[in-house]
Amino acid sequence: MKNNKLTTLAASALLATTTSVSAGDVEVLHWWTSGGEAASVNYLKGKLSDAGVGWTDFAVAGGGGENAMTVLKSRAISGNPPTAAQIKGPSIQEWGDLGFLADINGVAEKNNWDDLLPAVVADVMKHEGKYVAAPVNVHRVNWMWSNPEVFRAAGATIPTTWDDFMVQAKKLQDAGYVALAHGGQPWQDATVFEAVVLGVGGADYYNKAFVEMDMDALNSDTTVEVFETFGNLRQFVDANAPGRDWNIATSMVIEGQAGMQIMGDWAKGEFKVAGKNVGTDFVCSAAPGTSGAHTFNVDSFAFFAQGTTSGTGAQNIMAAEILGTDFQTVFNLNKGSIPARLGVSRAEFDTCAHDSMDAFVASSASGSLVPSFAHGMALPSAVAGAVVDSATNFFNSSQSAEEGAAQLVASMAAAM
Amino acid sequence: MNKFNLLNINFGRAAIYFILFLFAFIYLAPLYVMFTTSLKDIEEIRSGNLMALPIDPTLYAWKKAWASACTGSECKGLAPYFWNSVRIVFPAVIISTILGAFNGYALAKWKFKGSEFLFGALLFGCFIPFQVILLPMAKLLGALGLANTVTGLVLVHVIYGIAFTTLFFRNYYVGIPTELVKAAKLDGASFLKIFRHIFIPLSTPIFVVTIIWQFTQIWNDFLFGVVYSGSGTQPITVALNNLVNTSVGGKEYNVDMAAAIIAALPTLIVYIIAGKYFVRGLTAGAVKG
Amino acid sequence: MLNFLEKNLPKIVLAPTTIAMIVCMYGFIVWTGLLSLTKSRMMPQWDFVGLDQYVRLFKNPRWDVAVDNLFIFLILFIVIALVLGLLLAIFLDQKIRVEGAIRTIYLYPMAISFIVTGTAWKWILNPGLGIEKLMNDWGFVGFEFRWLVEQDMAIYCIVIAAIWQSSGFVMALFLAGLRGVDDNLTKAAKMDGASTVRLYWHIILPLMRPVFFSAIVILTHIAIKSFDLVQALTGGGPGYASDLPANFMYTYTFNRSQIGIGAASAMIMLFGVLAVLIPYLYSELREKD
Repeated sequence: MKNNKLTTLAASALLATTTSVSAGDVEVLHWWTSGGEAASVNYLKGKLSDAGVGWTDFAVAGGGGENAMTVLKSRAISGNPPTAAQIKGPSIQEWGDLGFLADINGVAEKNNWDDLLPAVVADVMKHEGKYVAAPVNVHRVNWMWSNPEVFRAAGATIPTTWDDFMVQAKKLQDAGYVALAHGGQPWQDATVFEAVVLGVGGADYYNKAFVEMDMDALNSDTTVEVFETFGNLRQFVDANAPGRDWNIATSMVIEGQAGMQIMGDWAKGEFKVAGKNVGTDFVCSAAPGTSGAHTFNVDSFAFFAQGTTSGTGAQNIMAAEILGTDFQTVFNLNKGSIPARLGVSRAEFDTCAHDSMDAFVASSASGSLVPSFAHGMALPSAVAGAVVDSATNFFNSSQSAEEGAAQLVASMAAAM
Repeated sequence: MNKFNLLNINFGRAAIYFILFLFAFIYLAPLYVMFTTSLKDIEEIRSGNLMALPIDPTLYAWKKAWASACTGSECKGLAPYFWNSVRIVFPAVIISTILGAFNGYALAKWKFKGSEFLFGALLFGCFIPFQVILLPMAKLLGALGLANTVTGLVLVHVIYGIAFTTLFFRNYYVGIPTELVKAAKLDGASFLKIFRHIFIPLSTPIFVVTIIWQFTQIWNDFLFGVVYSGSGTQPITVALNNLVNTSVGGKEYNVDMAAAIIAALPTLIVYIIAGKYFVRGLTAGAVKG
Repeated sequence: MLNFLEKNLPKIVLAPTTIAMIVCMYGFIVWTGLLSLTKSRMMPQWDFVGLDQYVRLFKNPRWDVAVDNLFIFLILFIVIALVLGLLLAIFLDQKIRVEGAIRTIYLYPMAISFIVTGTAWKWILNPGLGIEKLMNDWGFVGFEFRWLVEQDMAIYCIVIAAIWQSSGFVMALFLAGLRGVDDNLTKAAKMDGASTVRLYWHIILPLMRPVFFSAIVILTHIAIKSFDLVQALTGGGPGYASDLPANFMYTYTFNRSQIGIGAASAMIMLFGVLAVLIPYLYSELREKD
């Protein structure tokens, strides 16, 4: 850390005396474009510019990063990759295997990343034992966001199990509210599906079926049960859901049109931007049946091998800066997630974030810390795609639970 | 009898007018909705009716879309990207049109063994789904050192525009009597001379059609723009996509709509002003198969 | 030397286009074809596995949906756009007073990109914001129009938006064609006592054959490009119910790390285009010369 601060200091001192000297530029490909996300990116941009590193923003929005990945692939293939790109999970390994990524182990060693990062996070950032990416946060995906005013008006209570969810949701619906605010885009369908898998099947089943791809677990009755519960949710979503963006769904909860939304902790950013307070204006709780468990989703920047030394220099400054306590604090306050590294003060974070931090530590001890498959943390992208396809197709059709389970198993097997 | 006929005709004409106006309404409705929405404030959009006129029209959304809306983490509006598009579109349209004119002339009037086959093979280029060529083209651009440059993007647009421009010119020039060429040849006129003195003066209508077509295609392109542009060279369609997908605390539909109209404005103006010449150019023979 | 140059100038003029065509169209198609025989996942690699990827492709339920959608889309889009375009052109050819204005209104959607069209129609077809809400506001309380969010109907929304965009252009093509019909011909037919319907069906329509050719070429081109429209209008949803093969290919190639399957689907798309177009182009081009 000391070194990192020194670099920053030295660079800003340099910047102060001779404004023309710069430590190079970074070009960063990302698809963070919603409110809290864009603010977070801007903070990093500011930090780097203090350190004399220019920031070239290369945002490609839309399709949950689909367009951004297309751009990244074509740039990599043309031999002109950006300095860093928003890549995460097993994809980091895939890029590393192809030899595109830069070794930033030097920065990592200097700053003791091995001690600062929890093992589950560090493993994802390394390729063949060397750091190639820097984590910016840990998201908890299995959250449920509720509007207490709506619940009060409908005489309902916030559910903690899926059985209770059906009862309470019915009450909300009868009182004229949309029970579950939802955006019918494939990744959102998969996010809810994931919460149901964890809530109904438990962490063991989740790990066996959706991380290890164990066919026995997938073929068990639990899978059918999961689809039954998931199918029951169809009735609580309004007809306009297909195609809706997640933050529009969040704003339905904010404005009191809807009771709850199942969405990762980035949704908190939307409440904050709308000036809402946790506890009074909105409530965060674990998705039904998953309290104590933690579905993690780690965002990270992977670094691409650069042709020039000034490029590598700027890259190293960026990597060091990302793990700094300042950045981790501000970024995660904006984005709703928790810091990826240890040793960041909890004081500034709210109760939802504290919950998330506690659940991270506790679940890691109890074995219920699971990677999110809906967000590309658990499965190879081909298999993850098959799961998302099956979930979204099931949720938008009138397939029976048996049919849904059968299709899921078949398409996962075909994608392996 | 006569009177009845007249009535009948009048009734028929009234029906025709009715149908024509009905469709004019249908075609106009989306533009009307976009335009009126862009002049409303967000509260009015939420509470009001889709077809209602704005109660208190404001240019807020237009100003924001042009100069200060966020497209990712930058908030400079569409303006810089608008000029990127201009820098891509002009060279690409001019080069592909000129190449198409020469190709069409050669294919129509200077047939050689295999020239028909060449034309057929080229025509197939109109139907290639562009997703197919994204990766190999990226590789080629990288090899040429043109990856993520305006030049590279212009090159891509020229290559995949040639099929259509050649088709247009070839079909137009086929209609010009071959006797003219023969006579000129007897007088000793060369390939280029005949082109310059006989064909070019006759070509205004087809140039109009081709330029309008190419301008529209390239200005509206998203796929090539997103994949082959660098961070400083993204065209307006890419910025529009980023803008529509960027939201800070709720979606500003009015800004989205204003941005969409701004992105479409140049092509709209071209169609409205030059539409007459476009149809005239088509009439002059461009549509002959 | 000069003589040689002059003699071969047509070929020299065509050379750059020919090279670009061989490399950037056919070369890339061959590249994709080879890729479809490999087990490539995230990036191209050259371990050949025979027809494995095709087998996997045909077992994929999402691919089935995309292919079915393509048939629905292609047939409805081309047929309706042709019929509508032709009828509107015939009506507009009846010495209509405000022809210029109406023509411009019909034509302008063609100036707009699919991204903008998709965004606008997404809004209009959305039950909570668009037509359904409008009708409900106007007092038709039970009115429902929910194609956009229904799994079986979403593809028809894509058809509607695409027709809205392109039918005016087809109208312009036919109008140009109709203007080219010799007046004496129609007069003579009328003198012989032919009814209007007979006149159009037996005399004028056959004359429009080249126009049909151009319109079909252009509509097919647009249909293949409608990738953007799906992205902007439905995102392929609900679920993947409104996916087209181009969208399938894009997703698998760039997002799913299954380049092999993506390449296989691209080849099937190309073969499909070939199977339909080659006979048609061949017969049309052959007869003319």
